[in-house]
Parts: sequence; C-alpha cells; structure tokens
Amino acid sequence: MQTADQTLDEILTLAAAHFKVPRETLGPDDDFFKTLGIDSLQTLDLLTRLEHHFHVELPDYELQGVSDFRTLAGRIQARL
Amino acid sequence: MRTLQEQPRGESHSGHSFRGQAMSWQLKHGTIELALYREPCNELGSLALDELEKFAAALESIQPEAHALIICSELKCGFCAGADLRELYHRSQGMEKAEALRGVRDFLERIHKVLNTIDAAPLTTIAAVHGVVFGGGFELALACDLIIADKMARFCFPELRLGLIPGFGGIPRLKRDLGNGVVRDLLLTGRSFNATKALQVGLVSQMVGEGEALRAARATAAQLSKFDRETAIAAKRFIKPIPQEELRREIDIFCDLFERPAVQAGLKKFVESTEAQPYLP
Repeated sequence: MQTADQTLDEILTLAAAHFKVPRETLGPDDDFFKTLGIDSLQTLDLLTRLEHHFHVELPDYELQGVSDFRTLAGRIQARL
Repeated sequence: MRTLQEQPRGESHSGHSFRGQAMSWQLKHGTIELALYREPCNELGSLALDELEKFAAALESIQPEAHALIICSELKCGFCAGADLRELYHRSQGMEKAEALRGVRDFLERIHKVLNTIDAAPLTTIAAVHGVVFGGGFELALACDLIIADKMARFCFPELRLGLIPGFGGIPRLKRDLGNGVVRDLLLTGRSFNATKALQVGLVSQMVGEGEALRAARATAAQLSKFDRETAIAAKRFIKPIPQEELRREIDIFCDLFERPAVQAGLKKFVESTEAQPYLP
C-alpha cells in the first residue's frame, strides 16, 4: 500500500495539473480553496477526480471543514 | 460539450424548435434535444418551470415525429444544481406563511405535471448528464428512461440538510428504479455519488468519458430509431409505471415539512452563506 506522503504528493500533482497552477507553488498545509482559487462546485470536481484516481469513495461530509491538502490526503489514505 | 452562446437570448419559436432564456429544444432526425443553459447551474425556478411547461405542451405535437428525447446541459458546471433555493427563499420573505405555502404547493404541482409528462412520454427519453446532478436536477434526470453519465457526473439529494425531502418526485422515482438500501443512503446521508458508483448501483445505464455524454446519447437515440415505434411505446408502458400515489404523498410531506421554522432557517443559512462549501452536505 502506498504511504501517506505518496498520497499527498499525488493529490498535489493532480490538483496542480487540473487547475493549471505550478506544482511547486502548492504546499501540504495550504488552504486549497485559496491556493487553487476554487469554489464549491470546483471542489466537487476535485473530489470526483480524486475518487477516480485513487479508486475510493469519499463521502463529501467527510470533507466538511477540510481545507488543506494534508488533511484531505489523510481522509483518502484512510480509505485505501 | 457545447459552450454557452453569448448573444442575448430572446424567446423564439419556429415549428419544432424553441429558444428561451433557460433552455432550448429542437427536433432533428427524429430526436428532440432539450438543452439547459441558465446560469449559474440550471437552477429550477419559476423561469425554468415556465419554459419546461411550454416544452411539455409542445411535446404533444412534436412526439409523433420523434422516437427519442435527449435532455442535456450546455453549462460547464453540470447538468443541474436543483431547485432555485434563492428564489424560493426570497419569494417566501414578506409573505404570510399560508401564502408562501400555497406558492410552494403550486410550484410542486406544476413541476410534477411536467416531470410526469416527460416520464410517461411515448418516446425513449435520455438524460445526458455531466458535473453536478443535484436535487431537482437529479429528479429531472430520474424522470428519463435512461441516464448516460459523463465520468465526472455527481449525483446527490442534499435536501435533508435544509430540513426537507426531495420534492420533484425524486424518492418515488428512485425507489422505482433502485434497491431501497441505495435510496436510503442517498436520501438519509445526503452524500453524493460519482458516476462509477451510480453505474455500480444501476442508476445510470452508461458511463462515458469527459464531454462524451451527449455524443453517447445521440448514438443511443440513433439506435432506437431502428425499432418499431409502437413496440417501443408498449415496452415502456409495460415496464415503467408512474408511481402516482407516492408522488402525491411526496408533495404533501414536502409541504408539511416546509411549514416548520427549521426550513426557513436552513434556507436562510444556505442563501446567506459565505462558506466555501455550500454544495457539500
């Protein structure tokens, strides 16, 4: 099974590619709403992409209050 | 995916086509295409309902020349984010409680009539969906015979967090099509399903790549044109009963719940929310 750091790195890479921001500008503890400049609908888009990428189901209520990449990675890691 | 046209949209009719402020439809090669394009995400309010009623009325004269109906969205955000909660909230402000409730019941009766017409239409109906397919948008898709989903589609009934149940026929139609465990999961948790999950549980008939739902729906409609129309109508009538009694009960339950102060508080919170995640139940 992949490590939590690998999961985090894949999330950052996927988010950077999809929202067209330089990968090096994204940090694990960044607020992804602010860093990526995304709204709630775009967050759902990101959630769907992450579910497809990691082959997991992530109930959206588990993302309530989650705004940084590291916590998001933790939620996904728990379902791998 | 087609992009939203930028010219002003006046309403126009010409034979078997229509272009309004919230949607357009046209009959081409035996297929009717109904395209939604009301910003921000095809919310179903009074304007959309007016045009859906025009569509339902026009359907009677168009359908003898058609074998299929495709409903899709031209907006990038998705198929439809559901009922126009902002309009619902603002309209109910300043009204007597009884008057507000009459308005809600009238809206529900009207949209049920439209969706029942689509549900029972003597055509094969296909919802080609992508992105957000939430609440009333999900209910519109459920009125169709087939749902073809872009892999980025997401389905959700978020009504419980407002203190309501889906009101456009969602529960009876979902219950008609799926196992009760899945219905309870969607309804009681308010969580959203992606297209892969929707395919697994039998909610969608096909999942396709990004931007491919309309193309796949057109290919399906072209296949349907090869079949005898009367046989297709008979098959549909046989396997797709309209759950009339439950649909009536749904309106009553919705209206009972709508009277409670918790609903007004829930609507107010949604409308005035500056949270970054208002679509996340």
